[in-house]
Amino acid sequence: MHGHPEVITTHESHHDEHHVHHHKETFITKYIFSQDHKMIARQFLITGMLWAIIGGLMSVLFRLQLAYPDESFPILEDILGRWAKGGKITPEAYYALVTMHGTIMVFFVLTGGLSGTFANFLIPLQVGARDMASPFLNMLSYWFFVLASVVMISSFFVQSGPSQGGWTAYPPLSALGDASPGSKAGMDLWLTSMALFVVSQLLGGLNYVSTILNLRTKGMAMTRLPLTIWALFFTAVLGILSFPVLLSGFILLLFDRNAGTSFYLSDIYLSSTQQALPNEGGSAILYQHLFWFLGHPEVYIVILPAMGIVSEVMSVNSRKPIFGYMAMVGSLFAITTLAFLVWAHHMFVSGMNPFLGSVFVLLTLLIAIPSAIKVFNWLTTIWRGNLRFTNGMLFSLGFVSIFISGGLTGIFVGNSTLDIQLHDTYFVIAHFHIVMGVAGFFGMFAGIYHWFPKMFGRYMNNTLGYIHFWVTLIGSNLIFWPMHYEGLAGMPRRYLDYSNWQSFNMFQGLNTFISIVTIVVFAVQLMFVFNFFYSIFKGRKVMTRNPWSSTTLEWTTPIRPGHGNWPGEIPEVHRWAYDYSKDGRDFIPQTEEVREDEAKH
Amino acid sequence: MSTTSILLLAILGLGFLITFQIAKASEYVSILKGEKKAFEQSNKINGFLMMVFLVLGLVGIWWCHDLYYHKTLLPFPSASDHGEKIDTMMFITIAITGVVFFITQILLFWFSYKYQYSDKRKAYFYPHNSNWEMLWTTIPAITLCILVGFGLYYWYKITGDAPKDAMQVEITGKQFGWIYRYPCKDNVYGKKYYKNIDEANSNELGLIWEDEYSHDDIVTSEAMYLVKDKPVKINIFSRDVIHSVGLPHFRMKMDAVPGTPTTMHFTPKYTTDEMREITKNPNFEYEIACDQLCGNGHYSMKGVVKVVTQSEFILWRAKQRAKYLDVFPENTPSTPGANPTDTTTKTAPVALNK
Repeated sequence: MHGHPEVITTHESHHDEHHVHHHKETFITKYIFSQDHKMIARQFLITGMLWAIIGGLMSVLFRLQLAYPDESFPILEDILGRWAKGGKITPEAYYALVTMHGTIMVFFVLTGGLSGTFANFLIPLQVGARDMASPFLNMLSYWFFVLASVVMISSFFVQSGPSQGGWTAYPPLSALGDASPGSKAGMDLWLTSMALFVVSQLLGGLNYVSTILNLRTKGMAMTRLPLTIWALFFTAVLGILSFPVLLSGFILLLFDRNAGTSFYLSDIYLSSTQQALPNEGGSAILYQHLFWFLGHPEVYIVILPAMGIVSEVMSVNSRKPIFGYMAMVGSLFAITTLAFLVWAHHMFVSGMNPFLGSVFVLLTLLIAIPSAIKVFNWLTTIWRGNLRFTNGMLFSLGFVSIFISGGLTGIFVGNSTLDIQLHDTYFVIAHFHIVMGVAGFFGMFAGIYHWFPKMFGRYMNNTLGYIHFWVTLIGSNLIFWPMHYEGLAGMPRRYLDYSNWQSFNMFQGLNTFISIVTIVVFAVQLMFVFNFFYSIFKGRKVMTRNPWSSTTLEWTTPIRPGHGNWPGEIPEVHRWAYDYSKDGRDFIPQTEEVREDEAKH
Repeated sequence: MSTTSILLLAILGLGFLITFQIAKASEYVSILKGEKKAFEQSNKINGFLMMVFLVLGLVGIWWCHDLYYHKTLLPFPSASDHGEKIDTMMFITIAITGVVFFITQILLFWFSYKYQYSDKRKAYFYPHNSNWEMLWTTIPAITLCILVGFGLYYWYKITGDAPKDAMQVEITGKQFGWIYRYPCKDNVYGKKYYKNIDEANSNELGLIWEDEYSHDDIVTSEAMYLVKDKPVKINIFSRDVIHSVGLPHFRMKMDAVPGTPTTMHFTPKYTTDEMREITKNPNFEYEIACDQLCGNGHYSMKGVVKVVTQSEFILWRAKQRAKYLDVFPENTPSTPGANPTDTTTKTAPVALNK
């Protein structure tokens, strides 16, 4: 067997000898330009983690400013150089940090890192395929992501700084270099990087969809798919249909910036240059429509894979079938459909026609119904189960708690009447960080802890995992729960100093508290990263093929599967993925034939 | 790098090292004890922590509420009529979501505690039940109908047409401040065009002086004066990038978009002085906070609304000088308040061509 010489000698490992693919693998084809979906998944994961460290560190830096707006920290000058002269962050640097934090976290970590990792890793393994439909396009998808990353990083080093117009990059601010230094070269690089990222997403997404539709093993009907696959399928569909619209919005913005067009620009006089611009007739609101046509599905692109992972991990560790499988699939489908019909709820006070707004209120609040179904189904799944608190399970339970908290505040901001007051305040910050950010990360952590043994043939350290979970769960509540109160006081987001505001300066103490918790939580995430890399090389070895006693196909492969996944024939599937505790048996693998006398469901 | 930061990093590193050693040791201990025993022990601890988290979490919610509720806007009456509707909607939503929140969170952590692994229990094979699923589809659906119904009812009231007798004020955002304009006695704004903007000649809105309606317009950056109990329609413009007129105490907000005029209307209920008494804050001001990232001075883009009585307002307005007269002081009529004469229209184009 090539490629993985350190195969563990267990009773099962002799299967590995009958490997079907006997092609020569070099270091480059195995670890760098690999076409093995499992290696590409690991590449996405590690790239995503590096981005998460950068994006997280940025939040620590700007939280320092919010905690102590009057003090200076020499360490900031060490890190940021002239962006923090004398240890005080400049407004330019502050806005660059929040913009990059948002862009990195939403796109590079929670899209590239989350669905990139788990779609690549799980789809072929759980549907029973040797690899993706097109391994080459899959490899390209990763390398476009790397290219996007390199371009984004390079924008940190241009003279005028990276983009500073927020992760949404609303024009005219993002279109006019004279309105903000971040809208000079940094913005062109941002747009280029995002365009490359869209390409990466499309290549990946088309691959995921075609693999799921065409490469399922014998007997793997769509209704027998694990919920992870359903979730990743809908995620890919969302991405394919909405990312191109975002790209079109970006291209028009590039034209406005560099070719003198007026898609988004009209009636502008800039104080900095004392000049009126020639552009007339454009609509700044058009960009917002194009942006949010992706921007809103994007939050489901983040949360659906997390939901899928959580459903799977929760069922395995409750030793119970997921409750209401068809309802779970149906609610995923409903969320996917509605995701395309709600984008303008980000624009209730943008000057859009109020009647249009009311349609979006209705459609937005409809999303609460499938979300409620999912929550109640998860609750029923653990009801009368036999729960094993593995790290994956802990993060899954944490996900449900966090998703409830953040989902319910969506009913506030999705209602246009309340949005008038809450729009662009800390209430919104709290809402989307909880429901998309923290919940997305919890799903990702659940997936990493659960499938780490399959990815690397070793376990992560449990105790570090428990510390990681409890500190993160408590910390994220301490950070984001009080922010709702700041929002209810009308405190606007994206301010770096509130001391001059009679209406908002009473929260300075709270801001300091939040920042301190942020630093602690960030430190614990670094500990997780350490645990991750340490365990790849030194973790406890996996000795059995199916450490979690799971029914799904990925655990029928050898402990360290080679390219092609199964050494012999691909197993045939005879049942759905959730036969746990049925007929007095702990679990029945999908590969086992249905007996005559088996209970029906 | 300063010594303190080195010290902090050292403490952090040490903390890591200690935690890691403990974690490593616990792994060895679990091997010695046997995997099953170790798993059962840690499972018990985590199950117990689930309950601890639930209890501390509920206490924490109460504590947080106690600390911060009085700092929000909710304990004080809204300063506008629309704000009252928004407050009602807010309390309806808090009540409904609050009930759901407590029920689901308590169930989640209680189940986690109660059904933690035990040698004796067998999990219950329960793949689906249509009745339950129908129940938690229809109940949320009905609840949401209530929320949508109230929401849209208020939304149309708030965003509908302003009353006919509403007073008119115009607000224009720029990097980084606000400009206010009053149409004054004729109640008609003079025309403007952005290419006429000429800061050097103090025409910061680009008013067209040929249009006689512009001659009595008051332009100021001092504050937006509104009258208590008098409906006001605010016409919102932007000169450069997108801003947002955020009026937290009135619970109102609307973006200022270059090239796309927007509006809002409401009726102020308390004068600034009255609000100082209500909030028991002698320095209280109705602040206008820019709510849309507009550049590096965004955080300092502040305006002030002064709500006054009708008589105070008339007094204030009488003291203001029309912008036109600032630019062309030679046209000041001898009798204050009289309409500008024909001569003004002749001089205006000359000034424009400069």
